[in-house]
Amino acid sequence: MRISLNGEPFEIDEPLTVAELLTRLAIDPRRVAVEHNLEILRRNLFADTMVHDGDRIEIVNFVGGGEA
Amino acid sequence: MIDQPFVIAGRTFRSRLIVGTGKYPSHAVMAQAHAASGADMVTVAVRRVNISDRSRESLLDYIDTERIFILPNTAGCYTADEAVRTARLGREAGLSNWVKLEVIGDERTLFPDNEALIDATRVLVKEGFVVLPYTNDDPIACRKLEDAGAAAVMPLGAPIGSGLGIQNTNNIRIIREFAHVPVIVDAGVGTASDAALAMELGADGVLMNTAIAGAQEPIAMAEAMKHAVLAGRLACLSGRIPRKMYATASSPVEGLISRV
Repeated sequence: MRISLNGEPFEIDEPLTVAELLTRLAIDPRRVAVEHNLEILRRNLFADTMVHDGDRIEIVNFVGGGEA
Repeated sequence: MIDQPFVIAGRTFRSRLIVGTGKYPSHAVMAQAHAASGADMVTVAVRRVNISDRSRESLLDYIDTERIFILPNTAGCYTADEAVRTARLGREAGLSNWVKLEVIGDERTLFPDNEALIDATRVLVKEGFVVLPYTNDDPIACRKLEDAGAAAVMPLGAPIGSGLGIQNTNNIRIIREFAHVPVIVDAGVGTASDAALAMELGADGVLMNTAIAGAQEPIAMAEAMKHAVLAGRLACLSGRIPRKMYATASSPVEGLISRV
């Protein structure tokens, strides 16, 4: 199935949870926030939330920045 | 002289200087500049994780979060909706419900879109955020933001990254006079005297990024800014002398040897 991950198409060959997706991407879940189809996904729901075909996932973190 | 503590939304800060985390030559220099500045609040941007390149080190590894409070911002957002989404993500990624709210209205000047800013402030305050909006040096916009529930107002001194210093000193003074929340001059500082001037005008704090990160010696400039903010604050509290058109001697006239 195909999802949109941070605005780019991303192929997934088997059903998986958001937590498993983060593991596969080598992303520490404690350092990021996830938006699932435009809704914030609380961290404690990562392991229980399945990724479905066509889902829009945004994974963000903090980067250096001050203004604009 | 004992100063009032610097309090925003019930949280007390030791330093009236707030600094950014962007544009430093390296994360290590940033960490040293933060230490030299004495700041106990730094602002960070919220961006998509780079999926293809996971090698880059995390910004948070270089911020002493025991000592320094993280203020996520909505830098780069051009609509109220984008800013609200970004604020929600920042709250989820971070440890607090605070946000430095930016809604930019124009790419060339990076001036804020105050109408969208006020709308976004209203939405986020309802959701329980502590909102610190970056706004124009406009006392009426600041009043509307305060009415919308902003915990502080952050008028610009000059365009972001311009280093032009405080362009409209009188407006900053009026904003301070009108506001019932802390006033933090945000953007436009180029060097230490600009920060001191902001504080002399009555600002409760100053936020800067490029002035430190872009200096040839960021760590030394950070220390200069620490002193400038302290000096400006103390001067503000000390009651400066009135300006006069002509000289007034400070030595006595009596006893001059040339007098007969």
